[in-house]
Amino acid sequence: AQPLSEWAFTRHRLYFLTIGLVLLNLPCGSYTEIPPKPPGTVTVLPPVTPAEGPQAFPDAENSNLPVFTMNYARIQVPFEVTLWVLLASFAKIGFHVYHKITFWVPESCLLISIGLMVGAIMHSVHEEPPAVLSYNVFFLFMLPPIVLESGYFIPTRPFFENVGTVLWFAVVGTLWNSIGIGMSLYAVCQIEAFEVQDINLQENMLFAAIISAVDPVAVLSVFEDVSVNEQLYIVVFGECLFNDAVTVVLYNMFNFVAEMPEVEPVDVFLGVARFFVVGLGGMGFGVIFGFVASFTTRFTSNVREIEPLFIFMYSYLAYLVAELFSISSIMAIVTCALTMKYYVEENVSQRSCTTIRHVVKMLGTISETLIFFFLGVVTITTEHEWNWGYIMFTLLLALVWRGLGVLVLTQIINPFRTIPFNFKDQFILGYGGLRGAISFALVFTLPDSIGRKKLFVTTTICMIMFTVFIQGISIRPLIEFINVRRTNRNLETINVEIHSRLIEHTIAGVEDLCGQWSHYYWKDKFLKFNNRILRKILIRDNRAESSIVALYKKLELQNAMEILDTVSGDINAGSSIVSLQYVYPLSHSSACFLSLSLSLSRSLSLACSLSLACSLSLSFSLSLLLAFSLSLSLSLSLSLSVSFCGLVTLSVSLSLCPPGCLSYTSFHIVHPSSLTHYPFNLNRSDGYLRNPEGFGLGSIYQG
Amino acid sequence: MGTLQSLSDEPEYRELAEKTGFSFEQIGILHKRFKQLSHNENTLRRADLDTIPDLACNPIRTQIIEAFFDKRNFHQNGDGTVEEISFEEFLVVMSHFRPPALNMTEEQREKVRREKLRFLFNMHNTDNDGTITLEEYRHVVEELLSRSGALGKETAKGIADAAMLEVASISMGHMEPDEFYEGITFEHFLKILKDIEIETRMNIRFLNMDTTTLCNRDSSSIR
Repeated sequence: AQPLSEWAFTRHRLYFLTIGLVLLNLPCGSYTEIPPKPPGTVTVLPPVTPAEGPQAFPDAENSNLPVFTMNYARIQVPFEVTLWVLLASFAKIGFHVYHKITFWVPESCLLISIGLMVGAIMHSVHEEPPAVLSYNVFFLFMLPPIVLESGYFIPTRPFFENVGTVLWFAVVGTLWNSIGIGMSLYAVCQIEAFEVQDINLQENMLFAAIISAVDPVAVLSVFEDVSVNEQLYIVVFGECLFNDAVTVVLYNMFNFVAEMPEVEPVDVFLGVARFFVVGLGGMGFGVIFGFVASFTTRFTSNVREIEPLFIFMYSYLAYLVAELFSISSIMAIVTCALTMKYYVEENVSQRSCTTIRHVVKMLGTISETLIFFFLGVVTITTEHEWNWGYIMFTLLLALVWRGLGVLVLTQIINPFRTIPFNFKDQFILGYGGLRGAISFALVFTLPDSIGRKKLFVTTTICMIMFTVFIQGISIRPLIEFINVRRTNRNLETINVEIHSRLIEHTIAGVEDLCGQWSHYYWKDKFLKFNNRILRKILIRDNRAESSIVALYKKLELQNAMEILDTVSGDINAGSSIVSLQYVYPLSHSSACFLSLSLSLSRSLSLACSLSLACSLSLSFSLSLLLAFSLSLSLSLSLSLSVSFCGLVTLSVSLSLCPPGCLSYTSFHIVHPSSLTHYPFNLNRSDGYLRNPEGFGLGSIYQG
Repeated sequence: MGTLQSLSDEPEYRELAEKTGFSFEQIGILHKRFKQLSHNENTLRRADLDTIPDLACNPIRTQIIEAFFDKRNFHQNGDGTVEEISFEEFLVVMSHFRPPALNMTEEQREKVRREKLRFLFNMHNTDNDGTITLEEYRHVVEELLSRSGALGKETAKGIADAAMLEVASISMGHMEPDEFYEGITFEHFLKILKDIEIETRMNIRFLNMDTTTLCNRDSSSIR
């Protein structure tokens, strides 16, 4: 928590910047508006007046060397891209100023709203927004980072335990939705009152295929903040990633068919065959690229700097190759990330590992932000055709069919699950079917031969807005209201890990004993195969490592970093000194002051602390200070501390000393954790159990 | 599954079903397996269980086998171990792995959780003194890690130490520097594992599987 004044300042600064950026973006609207200047032309401007913009003409009678020139057209495209990205990111910063907003309203909604506002501004000045949600830009540049991020951070164990359910919902569920919605919409179209009788069955089915797919971008952005139980989360997560195969097939099939006068049964059969090609092909490509990437990283020990590059290039390559063959690219990139992650993280250095994770997350977040933002912008600027009946019925039917689908499918699959879904889970499963930008991009690329394309666009936008806003905002209170089973997803203690392993082995053992097999058996078999063959090929130093050891190492590393941070916290506190009237020539030229402070911490206990700025840590400083103060200046300084929100303690110290000595006032901010939680018992020969606060320290000093 | 067999044992099955909560079908399947393991005798010995081939690769097989012969798992407040078990005792131990019913109250769920955790606790607590000491925990960790290659005993020791420290900090909070943590009691055990959702994970689905294929496989390996 920063001091109040600083925070207010930041907020105002943000607002001005945002408005400034928006205004700046206005003239940079369309790529085609401003004629590109031939490269090499130099614009000569009179030295007094400011730049007139890209339409300045070269001066006919130039002769002198121009001191100041401007060439906007050259940088136009990257410049605009950067500005838009910055604008969207500033919006994101802005949201977090008010914590309450982001708690109740998912970020996707906020971004769309800001996009709507920007779109309104652009529309009012008759500018065209950049074509971000066009087919190529969206599917080749915006979507891969998000899907890569989802695939990379899938919790693998729950995923594989539920893979059957996931695929069942993804494939059969999407089919059910498409066919159901398509048929019912066709029935609705027959009603004369709505004036949509010209939409035939194929077009309806095409449209249904587009809007029935649950969208990964929207769903993940909502479900990330809400904690539901692990099973539910992984099924929703997996479903939205893996329904792409069905969507691709249906879209292509109906697109193809919509242009044909009639459908033959052969086409349906071919459609099914195509589905298998698309789905299995996508997964196959993903696995192949994953293995190739892992194999490559085996040899990168001398080129550590570019190790992260391989991850990105290979996954993007998987995506593009899948697009080349028109098979499911989303599934390709997800399976690539899944396969790659395990082996690559063992081969690359620690730094590369961190870099990879961080960059994947960053790219994913940027893409997501931009997509929602532009969804808002484009909503305003496209042409719409409104039709009450069609749109309302689409919304209603989508909800109804999804609900029915979830009910029926869960009934069928529950007997096969170890943990069946109860009605609450099913409700959230059905309610969490949000649609998003993929539907939007797909509807934009409908061929113009479809007469009612604008209606479809409008309906899709309404669908997206409805699901993202209404369902997205209400899902969190609903989850709390109906009290869905929750899971604490951050279970990273060694005990839990050890006992998870223990339970798995126990179950595997008892299963062997009583002759019943379930997925633990297959998991065991796969692990053996993995250890014996795969790891030898794909990993450089093949040291078979249990997950318990891996977790232990990770926790130790975290603890070590935390200890270091605590120590350096004192350094930071020292460097934030604001005023010092005299620098005591003790040791360094940088500020070094002594103060004895009585600080009132949050629990109102008196803690006596001594701080020597800039270098030494607390527990060493006590003895040193006394010596200095007694011999050198005999100054007594008293400081009063006030704590803000229990997190930051402000202490002011005054010193009084006899004439001839120095007097100084110092002002410093001290983090209370460095005052109270520092372990005092550093000597730890056998006492690992004596001071549990110093958990990390104990094992390190021992080790 | 021999229907003749189930008809003749029906009253016995009913009693067992009430006691352990299994259905008749499941009891029938397990009985068949029991007979197969014990070579058609009425009691099962440790040596019989040692011959199961897949179990041999399990790092904690000794603990698992011991659990079947541990009187504490028979729900009769007994103590110590036995040399051979009857089918009823076999079934009682297996009932620890029964999946919970779909509609259970929170209380029943808690009871099931306690039971399963008690099973795990007994697996650790070999000397039955009510606490898991550091030595016992170290033993468990060593066994678990024994399959993953040549890890020194030091690493296992370090991990067990860290785990005990974690339990101490979670259950006891702040401790004075000269306090000593005796061992993990059952209550502490419950506390550290309360987030693990054990009632949904520690289950075996008793599918209607044909065990004749297993018969042939196992008997061939025994020979």
